[in-house]
Amino acid sequence: MPSMPHTGAMPAHHYLNDGYGIRSWLFTRDHKRIALLYLAGVTFFFFVGGAFAVLIRLELATPAGDLVSDETYNKLFTMHGVMMVFFFLIPAIPAVLGNFLVPIMIGAKDLAFPKLNLASWYIYIIGGLFTLYALVNGGVDTGWTFYTPFSTVSSTTNVIPTALGIFITGFSSILTGLNFIVTMHKMRAPGMTWFRMPLFLWSTYATSLINVLGTPVIAITIALVAVERIFHFGFFDPRVGGDPVLFQHLFWFYSHPAVYIMVLPAMGVVSELVAAGCRKEVFGYKFVAFASLAIAILGFLVWGHHMFVAGESVYSALIFSILSFLVAIPSAVKVFNWTATMYKGSVSFQTPMLYAYGFIGLFTIGGLTGLFLASIAVDVHVTDTYFIVAHFHYIMVGGTIMGYLGGLHFWWPKISGRLYNETLAKLSAGIIFIGFNLTFFPQFVLGYLGMPRRYHAYPPDFQVLNVLSSAGASILGVGYLIPMIYLMWSLRYGRAAGRNPWGAVGLEWTTPSPPPTENFEQTPTVTWEPYDYPSIADAEHRLV
Amino acid sequence: MSSHAHGALAHQFDDLDQQREVASLGMWIFLATEVLFFGGLFLVYSVYRSWYPQAFAAASHELIVWAGTLNTVVLITSSLTVVLAVHAAQSGRRRTLVVMLLATIVLGCVFLGVKAFEYRSEYLEHHVPGMGFQFEPDYFLHAQIFFSLYFIMTGLHAVHMIIGLAIMSVMVWMSSRGDITPEYYNPIEVSGLYWHFVDIVWIFLFPLLYLIGRHVH
Repeated sequence: MPSMPHTGAMPAHHYLNDGYGIRSWLFTRDHKRIALLYLAGVTFFFFVGGAFAVLIRLELATPAGDLVSDETYNKLFTMHGVMMVFFFLIPAIPAVLGNFLVPIMIGAKDLAFPKLNLASWYIYIIGGLFTLYALVNGGVDTGWTFYTPFSTVSSTTNVIPTALGIFITGFSSILTGLNFIVTMHKMRAPGMTWFRMPLFLWSTYATSLINVLGTPVIAITIALVAVERIFHFGFFDPRVGGDPVLFQHLFWFYSHPAVYIMVLPAMGVVSELVAAGCRKEVFGYKFVAFASLAIAILGFLVWGHHMFVAGESVYSALIFSILSFLVAIPSAVKVFNWTATMYKGSVSFQTPMLYAYGFIGLFTIGGLTGLFLASIAVDVHVTDTYFIVAHFHYIMVGGTIMGYLGGLHFWWPKISGRLYNETLAKLSAGIIFIGFNLTFFPQFVLGYLGMPRRYHAYPPDFQVLNVLSSAGASILGVGYLIPMIYLMWSLRYGRAAGRNPWGAVGLEWTTPSPPPTENFEQTPTVTWEPYDYPSIADAEHRLV
Repeated sequence: MSSHAHGALAHQFDDLDQQREVASLGMWIFLATEVLFFGGLFLVYSVYRSWYPQAFAAASHELIVWAGTLNTVVLITSSLTVVLAVHAAQSGRRRTLVVMLLATIVLGCVFLGVKAFEYRSEYLEHHVPGMGFQFEPDYFLHAQIFFSLYFIMTGLHAVHMIIGLAIMSVMVWMSSRGDITPEYYNPIEVSGLYWHFVDIVWIFLFPLLYLIGRHVH
């Protein structure tokens, strides 16, 4: 990326100054403003979920359970998981970056259903309020997985409000996914064929498919848990012949694909970052595009690997193991293709690319350790240990959050019309990378040595690694706070970004920053292939 | 007419054809979500029925088959009135449109009335799990699973019926105001899709819940 040459003045009219006051935001139907509403929501829940992580790591700094009681600790990791998974990781990239970019990237004026889009945000917030109510009313201690019969019979905490919150928020994901699918099918500008769409849209499309087909299953499952708790019906209750493992099947039928809901959009972001950062066409565009769909489809067929020790027949465990290995293929295709894109590219070291490098490295570690877990014999050894915790944090934090922050930095000039402080941004990207690895790499070792997850006390032998992890978490926390500060600062004091500060291709860079409410002065006609970098010099003059 | 059509066109679309295709595709995708939503319940039902076939047959015998049959006829008829409503909307016959929508609403209310009558008698016979459930001792435990599923599946279906009735009421209001024209009838078409889906769910629920005893014994 060149050092931001194309700066200019802010446009006179754009979506941010098209109406002022709280009403112009809370009743907006502009997908770009709704994206910012989501940005406020997910940022809030990210820091709430992060606060729980801080308390967890503080407790684990010493072997004795001395900071909080065991029951409080159960609530801490449950609320951390619920907040982060359902209210940050799942909506973060689709609802913030996806909402902002999907219509612009295909040359449309808005999503297919703007009112439904705003309704989705309200549904998300209402679901969040139920969960926050559960939090201030004493919390919930079932783990984010709500395993029965503990959640239906034994737990005395706020299972119902939390379940209701997750149920409601699920409809926000479903409706956003529906909106994206219809928009991509029916709203593309003239000439914007499927294979001219940026790869971010392919992965958003794949994510939307999972949202639409998977989320209703967790919705009904969590509803059954609530009904069983309220009315003492027996769906999963062993006392009347019900099967708790059936709950686990239903839960993971959604919640394993949900991992791909979290990571696929980040992969889409990374494809954009790598192309722009290396000034090259993405190597094997169609392979990367179809790999997204393959991950979405295969992701629905692997849920049984969460139950290798829960009472599954040898044969189904074997099949789930093989299918889990298969998911590694499209995932690896992406990693190899990004690497091949960089090969002989004009590789940049600006902030978005730093996050892309972070993503590729950390996702590779997270993915490869996933193969350990798909191997039944190893899985039995490390089930419910910190190895699992480290593995999924490498995917969710090392993957999703790196992708999210990389995307936020890449498109921030487009969203806000302003440039942020590049030095601080690079610094915080470095701090996050170091803090992340220091937090979670020791947990692989801890888990392999046998430290179980979800306990507030542990044998003194494990203290050194736990102190490393807690120290890393404090570095990571600082790394997350710095972008908050300089991004807010840039809103007021940042230099105007101009249309295309990165010299990148894609329809979003042909419109002013920030874009006008209708996105384009006139509907664009697309005559070029995606990532057409070699002849990009006149990208700004291409609009017909 | 063309000025009215222009008024119905939302700003994000180029023309009414695009708007209609979008509305229709949106509803189809929503119905795909709904299939998976009920699909979870059908899965749970299938598992337990294959584990406890005798208990399920015995419990199924306690349901009121004539009421279920009547409701099946009522719902299929309501699907017919919805189709006629869509046809009337396409051909611009406003009076027929309103009458057919009202007929749909009446049939939907009849369905819910019969369902309420069934729930009442099941309550009186102590067949509601968790509320002093009583059943013959052999199947006392597993029959609770059947009735739990019966109430959640028919209850969720009834919730969908109530939403459908609310939608149909809005359609009556829009139609009688003259908002629906041969150029712009997507609201009727899309609401009709939803109504048919709710009917189809019942077409599966009826044999699975009411008729399984017929061939086991």
